[in-house]
Amino acid sequence: MLIISDVATKLLSITVNGRPYRLQVDIRETLLDLLRNHLQLTGVKQGCAVGECGACTVLVDGTPVNSCIYLAAWADGKSVLTIEGVEKDGELSDVQKAFVEEGAIQCGFCTPGLVLSTTALRDSGKTFTEDEIRRELSGHLCRCTGYQKIFDAAEKVLKH
Amino acid sequence: MFNISVLQEPESVEAALGLLAENARLRVIAGGTDVLIRLQHGADGWEELLSLRKIKEMEEIGEREDGTVHIGAAAPFTRIFQNPVIRARVPILAEAAVSMGGPQIRNVATIGGNICNGAVSGDSASSLFALDALLRLESLAGTRILPIHEFYAGPGKVNLRPGELLTQVLVPRDSYLDTGGHYIKFAMRKAMDIATLGVAAVCRARDGRFQDLRIGLGVAAPVPIRCAEAEAYAKGRTTDPETIREIGRLAVKPSRARTSWRASKDYREHLIEVLTERAVTEAVNRAGGRRADH
Repeated sequence: MLIISDVATKLLSITVNGRPYRLQVDIRETLLDLLRNHLQLTGVKQGCAVGECGACTVLVDGTPVNSCIYLAAWADGKSVLTIEGVEKDGELSDVQKAFVEEGAIQCGFCTPGLVLSTTALRDSGKTFTEDEIRRELSGHLCRCTGYQKIFDAAEKVLKH
Repeated sequence: MFNISVLQEPESVEAALGLLAENARLRVIAGGTDVLIRLQHGADGWEELLSLRKIKEMEEIGEREDGTVHIGAAAPFTRIFQNPVIRARVPILAEAAVSMGGPQIRNVATIGGNICNGAVSGDSASSLFALDALLRLESLAGTRILPIHEFYAGPGKVNLRPGELLTQVLVPRDSYLDTGGHYIKFAMRKAMDIATLGVAAVCRARDGRFQDLRIGLGVAAPVPIRCAEAEAYAKGRTTDPETIREIGRLAVKPSRARTSWRASKDYREHLIEVLTERAVTEAVNRAGGRRADH
């Protein structure tokens, strides 16, 4: 990573998709910048850049956050999961399979974020009512599907 | 990339207060869901930041021996919503917490940030007003405890002195014991929206009569407000629908609603009346004060 003098940086230890890194990051950068521009994890999408659309959602220590309004420096000591880390040994996760089976994808721009939020819900081990599933996915905008198939895919995973 | 030149990340309140005293240009950032958006939009004056994210003591939520519920100012809304003490003692605050933003926002946005922004639409404000919440403000010069209604100074303005940090929100036992409460957020969307109006009602009722009633309104005036006349009217009166309708009408009186692109003044006043009536009705039900003949 290029380091320009005068620019404040922080050294951070971060685990991304199970792999540990030590990185010198520019304090002005977001976690989104770090993941996309330095680690080439372009499955993290930038939509609105102001925390409204959820396209940039990643899991930080298992919790969904909008990486566009989360400083890269804050990820020090944390474990980050992006869509690239969801499949295991070439096999899609149950959440990914449900999205495919239910046809919960059109253009695909919101899909990484939605898969990650659904993954966090599944990993919580809790059960969710229909209203709670809707509420927990409400931080994602999808301009194609009308949400029903996304809801069906999430429900399929969260009911089992 | 944001226009930031300094990012301090102290790990204790003490260290944070020291840094704030040393450098008057430092501005506090907690969850970042407002500050980073301002920076994204090119706002000036936020180049030097003091982040609270590494101060674990500021995220604690609990109950003291005297029954006071304390909420760390850096506690994120999701934690407040899920916390068993909040759910048992001040469930109206859990209701307000889950109405704020969307899940990813609630996972990082903090109650202290919501208050210190001074936004009249802040979802925590009306409930905290109705709960007579207190704020613990600390600086190297000392600690002061301020009732929340004295903290709001104007739109986007709060009475935070230089070098001062909001560390805790406190709800004393006398403020919540035996009460029922309800928060209604009125917005165009059910998620990721800013309140057009927020109404919080907290009451005690016994044998079908109001013992006391507290109503907090957001977006009804330049700062969150209480409804003194409506509250005084309720005291000792029966909890019947006619009384509650009158409470709704009186709640409009202290408001100074304005026309914005979200809603007109007339519409907001209509909302105050109707939603106060609904919030008080539900608060009475939850306080167990509904008369047997209703």
